[in-house]
Amino acid sequence: MATLTPEVLDTEEPGSHEATGGLWSWITTVDHKRIGLMYGGTAMFFFLLGGIEALFIRLQLAVPDGTVLTSDQYNQLFTMHGTTMVFLVIMPLAAAFGNYLLPLMIGARDVAFPRMNAMSYWVFLFGGIFLSSSFFLGGFPDGGWFGYAPLSTQSEVIRMDFWAIGLLILGIASLAGAVNFTTTIFTMRAPGMSMFKMPVFVWMQLVVAFLLLFSLPVITVALFEVLFDRNFGTLFFDPAAGGDPILYQHLFWLFGHPEVYILILPSMGIISEVLPVFSRKPLFGYQFVVFAGAAIALLGFGVWSHHMFTSGLGPVAESAFSLTTMFIAVPTGIKIFNWIGTTWGGKISLKTPMLFSLGFIAMFTIGGLSGVTHAVVPADTQQTDTYYVVAHFHYVLFGGAMFGIFAGIYYWWPKISGRYLSETLGKWHFWLMLLGFNLTFAPQHWLGLQGMARRTAVYPPDIGLDTLNMVSTIGAFTIAVSMLPFLYAMFVNSRKGLAAPADAWDGRTLEWSISSPPPHHNFHEVPHVEAIDDFWHQKYGEDEEGRAVRIKTFPEPSRYTDEYIHLPSPSYYPIMLAAGLVLMAYGFVFAPLGIPLFVIGALVLFGGAFGWAQEDPDHPMGDHADHHADAHEGTETGDEAQAGADASGDVSSDDVSSEDVKTGEVEVAADESGGDDV
Amino acid sequence: MSSETAVHGPIGTDGADIRKTAMWAFLGSECLFFGSFIATFLLYSDETNGGPGTELFDIPFTSVSSFVLLMSSLTMVLAHNAYEREDKRQMRIWLVATALLGTVFLGGQVFEFTTFYAEGLRMDISPFGSAFFVLTGFHGAHVAIGVIMLTSMVIMSRRGNLHSHRGMNVELVGLYWHFVDIVWIVIFTVVYLLQV
Ligand code: HEM
Ligand SMILES: [Cu+2]
Repeated sequence: MATLTPEVLDTEEPGSHEATGGLWSWITTVDHKRIGLMYGGTAMFFFLLGGIEALFIRLQLAVPDGTVLTSDQYNQLFTMHGTTMVFLVIMPLAAAFGNYLLPLMIGARDVAFPRMNAMSYWVFLFGGIFLSSSFFLGGFPDGGWFGYAPLSTQSEVIRMDFWAIGLLILGIASLAGAVNFTTTIFTMRAPGMSMFKMPVFVWMQLVVAFLLLFSLPVITVALFEVLFDRNFGTLFFDPAAGGDPILYQHLFWLFGHPEVYILILPSMGIISEVLPVFSRKPLFGYQFVVFAGAAIALLGFGVWSHHMFTSGLGPVAESAFSLTTMFIAVPTGIKIFNWIGTTWGGKISLKTPMLFSLGFIAMFTIGGLSGVTHAVVPADTQQTDTYYVVAHFHYVLFGGAMFGIFAGIYYWWPKISGRYLSETLGKWHFWLMLLGFNLTFAPQHWLGLQGMARRTAVYPPDIGLDTLNMVSTIGAFTIAVSMLPFLYAMFVNSRKGLAAPADAWDGRTLEWSISSPPPHHNFHEVPHVEAIDDFWHQKYGEDEEGRAVRIKTFPEPSRYTDEYIHLPSPSYYPIMLAAGLVLMAYGFVFAPLGIPLFVIGALVLFGGAFGWAQEDPDHPMGDHADHHADAHEGTETGDEAQAGADASGDVSSDDVSSEDVKTGEVEVAADESGGDDV
Repeated sequence: MSSETAVHGPIGTDGADIRKTAMWAFLGSECLFFGSFIATFLLYSDETNGGPGTELFDIPFTSVSSFVLLMSSLTMVLAHNAYEREDKRQMRIWLVATALLGTVFLGGQVFEFTTFYAEGLRMDISPFGSAFFVLTGFHGAHVAIGVIMLTSMVIMSRRGNLHSHRGMNVELVGLYWHFVDIVWIVIFTVVYLLQV
């Protein structure tokens, strides 16, 4: 992790709870920004892992009768590729952005439950390690990312136990995260920020949290039933005894379809922030984008059976789900038009975040359209389980969700690190990735329509599949190459990057009003919000023709303040709890031999939970007694107003060092009293 | 679960207790959890695979244990009431009563399970058996967790480290407890009463 983080992040102001900056401070951290970074770094690592798995798949399929992998290895690789990308990459990346940005965007100093937040991360990390470690312990899971029963319940080896338990563990992380984000958004917004003044990114995170709350329990039940069938002799999915495998499909997709929106909505939120900034226009139809997001979430619970059109549901059910599926394309289309409307007539600046956002719109539209073709039952009967479906979901997931995430990384990196990522490298990254992506997945539309089945390790020669498969493999390696400029920019070049001011892109939302990188406590004083894009309206007014004119320039805000700002203290109980959980999981998989491990895990878990309950979140680990003079200041901004009076404007973020702390400058970026220093 | 935000304490900017918001979100999620198990049961209520079915149900017995659980909601309300009046002794008495009633309910469930097993209804005999035991078992686990929380409330209160401003408190445990009771009413109706 530490490599991903520029050194400047490791210097916290003296007197802060995390002043040491060592490994221990990361392990015990409850700071949402650090947790966000850890989420992001870990998910990026899994992204590389999942990518390598994909390259093996494409190598195998490069030529007919491929011999790179055995069928067994092939099954393992496509199962883990899918599982990794969905549960260990895109979902945690969304959590990474949510963690880092939610409090900054709503003007809060942390999430509602910082320790629970840390627990989510550790449970995710350990769950990911658990799932991936199956490779060394009998092989990766091999029943597909949706683990259809009875295939998943009847295979003898423990691989699918790893899958089911792994997903149960990751579900705990996501559920805790969803509870946390919901509470944070509902209860911790800065004064004046009503729901309809929140940035769209926050809205989308809220919708995702709701989707998680109501869909995760359903897959939890499905996974428990699989696990019990495998280990305790229950007969949920055993057709011979009257069990019904179709029940599994319903439960899985009742989660699975909301899940695809869980994957895409955060990226929709990201580009809804990026497009206005780089078009220098407000988001077109804010309310429509928000309501469309909520509508997608609601409708998303009513379309799941479109994944089961060939399961024999009967004409009535098939027609109904066909209709709802076509309907859900409507709010999706609304959003696309809103984004296009946002750029329309704007002063467009094609920086890397903007390129990825525009790429998102184009690629996602293609994926959305092929999705609508799946909604037509007779057509889908041909398409299902072919590469056509593979093309569809990669256009929405890679061309959509991942492009949005890259847009977000390039957009917020200056805020996170205080330095811009290289534009040159970013452009190489974008164009190579766009090219490679389309080379890989566009041909798969044709392959699928010609009948090439997904999840089959070999295809015969001379049936017209050779050329396009080769193209697709070349594309996949182009994507791999496109990651090199990105990784170089991140790891090697980022310390040399151009220093970024607080307001790195002339932004609209609150996070740009504080220093880059942000203060440990985020806001020297809690901002007051009066409008959507409040920060923008403090900077710009309008002339008679409605053009934006600068009315105010803020001095570069400092990272430090003299005041003591009370923050939650670090804790090692979250990681302890997570460790106990994963020990139990290993013990369970290897029962009866593993039973002692299971017991040890349970003890660690209970120890962690007990310690957690006893721990005063403000005085844990016994060494912070010096910071508690004023526990509850900060809610009222009035009494802090004088603190900002002697603000001086000449500290720029690139030369902020810990000495600045002593200077006693408190600079107020978003001064809610407004206007007085115009 | 705890509330350690320094900025707002346990109270959010909109005046709501953040822990209550979180608890509601969690319970909303739990509805779907039990809903999915109940749906599974409904699908399999006739899939007895040649083994015993609903004829084993002893409605009078289960009615009594359901009544016991319902009464525990009453004592929970009394405990919460005492908590609001800051009458710690009364609060502890009613908390203990709630935990005891919960334990009696669990005892009833253990008795019921052993009887069923003796009569040949097992988890691995039929989809009906699987669905019945897993659904009611998960509910029982929720009651057990509730009993543990109630007991720790009592112990913490005796030790004087039950704080209203952080961690679990009587109100939150009460929310959880009532929820688990309501779920049982649904299970009792759908699984027992409507099946025989
Ligand atoms: C316009 C909106 C969309 C429509 C109408 C749509 C429709 C469909 C349909 C009908 C299928 C089933 C095809 C089959 O298996 O035969 C499908 C599969 C899939 N869709 Fe979409 N979709 C849409 C958007 C999305 C989005 C936004 C995502 C994710 C970000 C997504 C991810 C997937 C995935 C992962 C699958 C395949 C699951 C699997 O079989 O492994 N879709 N889509
Ligand atoms: Cu779907």
